Amino acid sequence: MDIVKLTIDDKPVVVERGTTLLEAAKSIGINIPTLCYMKLEDLNFENKPGGCRVCVVEVEGRRNLAPACKTECSEGMVVHSHTVRVINARRTVMELILSDHPAECLTCAKSGNCDLQSMAQKLGIRELHYKGEQSRYKGDKSPAIIREMDKCIMCRRCETACNDVQTVGVLSAINRGFESVVAPAFEMDLDKSSCTYCGQCVAVCPTAALTERDSTWKVVEAIVNPQKTVIVQTAPAVRAALGEAFGMEPGTLVTGKMVAALKKLGFDYVFDTDFAADLTIMEEGAEILDRLSRHLNGDKEVKLPILTSCCPGWVKFFEHHFPEMIDIPSTAKSPQQMFGAIAKSYFAQQLKKKREDLVVVSVMPCLAKKYECTREEFQVNGDPDVNLSISTRELANLIRNANLDFGKLTDEDFDHPLGESTGASVIFGTTGGVIEAAIRSAYEMFTEKKLEKVDFLELRGMEGIRKATVDFDGLPINIGIAHGLGNARKLLEDIKAGKSEFHAIEIMACPGGCIGGGGQPYHHGDVEILKKRQKAIYAEDAGKPIRKSHENPYIQKLYKEFLGKPLSDKSHELLHTHYFDRKSKIEVNH
Amino acid sequence: MGKYKSHILVCAGTGCRASDCEGIVSNLESALEENNLNEDVQVVRTGCFGFCEKGPVVKMVPDNTFYVEVTPDDAGELVLEHLVKGRKVERLLYIDPDTKERISDSKHMGFYKKQYRIALRNCGFIDPENIDEYIARDGYAAMGKILESMTPEEATAIIKESGLRGRGGGGFPTGLKWEFTRKAQADKKYVVCNADEGDPGAFMDRSILEGDPHSVLEAMAICGFCIGADTGLIYIRAEYPLAINRLKTAINQAREYGLIGKDILGTGFNFDVEIRLGAGAFVCGEETALIHSMEGLRGEPTVKPPFPAEKGYNGKPTNVNNVETFANVPPIILKGSKWFSEIGTEKSKGTKVFALAGKVNNVGLIEVPMGISLREVIFDIGGGIKGGKKFKAVQTGGPSGGCLTEKHLDIPIDYENLLQCGSMMGSGGMIVMDEDDCMVSMAKFYLDFTVEESCGKCAPCRIGNKRLYEMLDKISLGKSTEEDLGMLRNLANVIKDTSLCGLGQTSPNPVLSTMDNFQEEYLAHVVDGKCPAGQCKALMHYIIDSHLCVGCTLCNRVCPVDAISGEKKTPHVIDSSICIKCGACLEKCKFGAISVQ
Repeated sequence: MDIVKLTIDDKPVVVERGTTLLEAAKSIGINIPTLCYMKLEDLNFENKPGGCRVCVVEVEGRRNLAPACKTECSEGMVVHSHTVRVINARRTVMELILSDHPAECLTCAKSGNCDLQSMAQKLGIRELHYKGEQSRYKGDKSPAIIREMDKCIMCRRCETACNDVQTVGVLSAINRGFESVVAPAFEMDLDKSSCTYCGQCVAVCPTAALTERDSTWKVVEAIVNPQKTVIVQTAPAVRAALGEAFGMEPGTLVTGKMVAALKKLGFDYVFDTDFAADLTIMEEGAEILDRLSRHLNGDKEVKLPILTSCCPGWVKFFEHHFPEMIDIPSTAKSPQQMFGAIAKSYFAQQLKKKREDLVVVSVMPCLAKKYECTREEFQVNGDPDVNLSISTRELANLIRNANLDFGKLTDEDFDHPLGESTGASVIFGTTGGVIEAAIRSAYEMFTEKKLEKVDFLELRGMEGIRKATVDFDGLPINIGIAHGLGNARKLLEDIKAGKSEFHAIEIMACPGGCIGGGGQPYHHGDVEILKKRQKAIYAEDAGKPIRKSHENPYIQKLYKEFLGKPLSDKSHELLHTHYFDRKSKIEVNH
Repeated sequence: MGKYKSHILVCAGTGCRASDCEGIVSNLESALEENNLNEDVQVVRTGCFGFCEKGPVVKMVPDNTFYVEVTPDDAGELVLEHLVKGRKVERLLYIDPDTKERISDSKHMGFYKKQYRIALRNCGFIDPENIDEYIARDGYAAMGKILESMTPEEATAIIKESGLRGRGGGGFPTGLKWEFTRKAQADKKYVVCNADEGDPGAFMDRSILEGDPHSVLEAMAICGFCIGADTGLIYIRAEYPLAINRLKTAINQAREYGLIGKDILGTGFNFDVEIRLGAGAFVCGEETALIHSMEGLRGEPTVKPPFPAEKGYNGKPTNVNNVETFANVPPIILKGSKWFSEIGTEKSKGTKVFALAGKVNNVGLIEVPMGISLREVIFDIGGGIKGGKKFKAVQTGGPSGGCLTEKHLDIPIDYENLLQCGSMMGSGGMIVMDEDDCMVSMAKFYLDFTVEESCGKCAPCRIGNKRLYEMLDKISLGKSTEEDLGMLRNLANVIKDTSLCGLGQTSPNPVLSTMDNFQEEYLAHVVDGKCPAGQCKALMHYIIDSHLCVGCTLCNRVCPVDAISGEKKTPHVIDSSICIKCGACLEKCKFGAISVQ
């Protein structure tokens, strides 16, 4: 190993060549403050433009101060991380950043969760010596994401997420100097761009420049409206992260408390998106088997690999970037939309109510879901199957608003019939989960044998692209998994080039899958939080009495009473969708 | 210049073109035709002569008569008198400001006497659109010499030993840079010519490209041979259309002659050159920003290392040199490193081109040996201060340079000395100021530029420079306190100390150097509320001397805002709360009763 020796704050340290001063300092317990810097180990996210200059340190023999995040250690370096010169520079730079930032902390959506705010605290800024003009930009309200760029500090994390990780390429810095800001090209609004609403920009934004469109008050209005029956569904990844918003250890499962809180908030029925996830497996699994059998029978027209379609960010991504391939993904709707469709048909019938009298609210780890439920194909006569989608963070706010002591709530159970779910549906919340759930059912449907070992460890993990071959009783089935749209793009390019080796591929837009969704409590750059959430998801699965979707008795009942069988006409009407070529939809006015 | 007996060289640089040198050329050509001289005398459009103050310049060869401030109407007389009758047109000769004598040969003019031209050797001598003229002056001989008789190591060693340093501002040893790029292992390497000249008032690179484009192409090919690159890219701002056109012509001609392209001179060496246009951002002169811009990315710098020599254009080792640096290369190869290293100072070898501007008599482009003093440049070459005013300061190094004063005039100009004085070499802008220039306004002017040109990537440059500007503005409005001056200095130092690239690391120089050298002027603004140079309008007060005012009422009548009152034949007064300081009263008063304080 090529090593270098240096001294930081009088402590000797030995590191591998290529290590930055920031990492070297951290290794000996010196935490140099950073602001724009963010690194998500294993997720291909590293933002270190060296732009904020908060992490500057003094290096002996060097004329100016060095950004620790970006300066590599070299042999014999003598580094000082907190001299007067360094502290004065840091504080002055911080004052400058604050001087161009609206001081709206009291009412700001990110107050208490803002990296800028905490850094100002850490550096002890009590006064701004340098005041002047503040930069102003036009606001932008898309169905999912709100851009309030007056609060942008040009850390460029969103840009890294959008370009390097997701390869969506919507956000980049425009303009010069004091006017520079991150925006879509030509300053077009997000809803005119090819934004997928994955929300990874929001997940990494240090301030409230990027936030979700808040629907909490609309939810309250629906609940208090006596004309409406308000149904809530909660996505699997929410229960693995919600507790963080109340100071619980990351990875704490709060399913029961969450249900209790939702009931106390006044929802008429507290259901589980997991139920719809089981339904998704029934439909998607059947579709996989159908295509697979046709392929095995020599049908040359059949499209393989089949791609999962439960992630709306991913759906919008391929509609924009790979419109020529829109017949490859499964036509199964996402669990959120399946739930809405069933709630407003089957369940409405049971309640003997008109669909318009029901309000379906979803609690999602996701911001793209906000957009998904506004899509026209998911409406009947203008009435959306899912009326409102709120994020995990918004639910946490609702719980706080209602003055509920979340930690002390007694666990409660989901309502029936749309609240029953299996372990297979729970793992939808993490990368690899959907395909594992699908295999658990597809294996039994295809081989007509009982699957004894339901844990497919080979499909799990955090690797951006994973490959595994599953033995379907002698037939090797090649599975691909990608999370993060940049990884998805790689697999899609292979399919496009005719080089894909897979039968089925699971794709999730967000790194880590839904546990790392854009609507989850902020991770502030700590990738361990995501890993702990993932662990919690698998723990919930392991603890479930039923772990295969097709064994869910309420699912079986639903088919028996209402849908018939998977891929039936009724299923097609309610549970399947189609995709649109959005390539031509972006218009640029020159 | 074969069959013709004599030539008329007409400056066709951008400046002289703006003064209708094309009209001069066409009138000269018709006059030659009328006098049946068109077979014997050729009119040649050349690059910049440098003496822009007196342009358009027309030079007669072979007798070297140098005519200044020529107009198209003078063409007939020039042909008839100078060429037909053999008499010089006296009225178009340069008049020495001291002796009042007319000087016909440029080498006797103060402006040219102390100059030493290496980079500008062909500017004003050859037709830049004719490769033969370049070849006639040893063009491509250096490349030929290297390709035929040297290894890349030997050629690089010559540049290294010559002591040539980057002329774009940084002053990094050129040979060392070449060596780094040569040693980098890669399947592809690039030579990049940085022609993104952005300093206000600077036109060194433009003039070289307009006047001698082949010298740059030749040097790039030499560099390509030395570092192992087969592709050269010239990054030039789109605002330089003439330079771009001449470059294109030069590239085509060189390709036609087999001097660039495949298998150059049958040696198996391949090297071709492409042009990349920049959209005109000052920061793209910074090499990493320039490379990003060429890659189609946002033109903003990244932290070095990695240096372009390891990871540059498209991630490949890239050697970036400035136009003037390249222009020095062929003569060094031909004349040897010893010749070059004997010019200049201990650490700064050779010459430097400066764009001399501001309040000097002789504005223009000059090339002087390193080590010359500012005094010689300003007073001997520049001919002293315009209108006999007093010299106050000189800004060197462009907008990020510092402001030097009387006490710095005798320091030998080189990279180290300028840095030591709080300024820098920069790319060679030199703006002279006289007693009427306010140093606060001057610093504000440059900050205005850097605020506009900051890329916005790092916080100290993006926000800090804006705040610096705002604080200077406050001073010029008389609204600052002494405490503000301390904060101003702290901010300037922090910006220098923390900015990501050279732009921010140097942008506070005009503030710091004026604060150091003209502290009393800052205090006058802040403490006394006065602008000693009389430039800061907000601090000016028009006053009527009651002893001198006869009450003629003329001032009252011209005042556009009725700020002046008084009875006829009694002294008038100006209400400064209404006065907009337009100066109309001062101009009209016949009795000298109105003054500015």
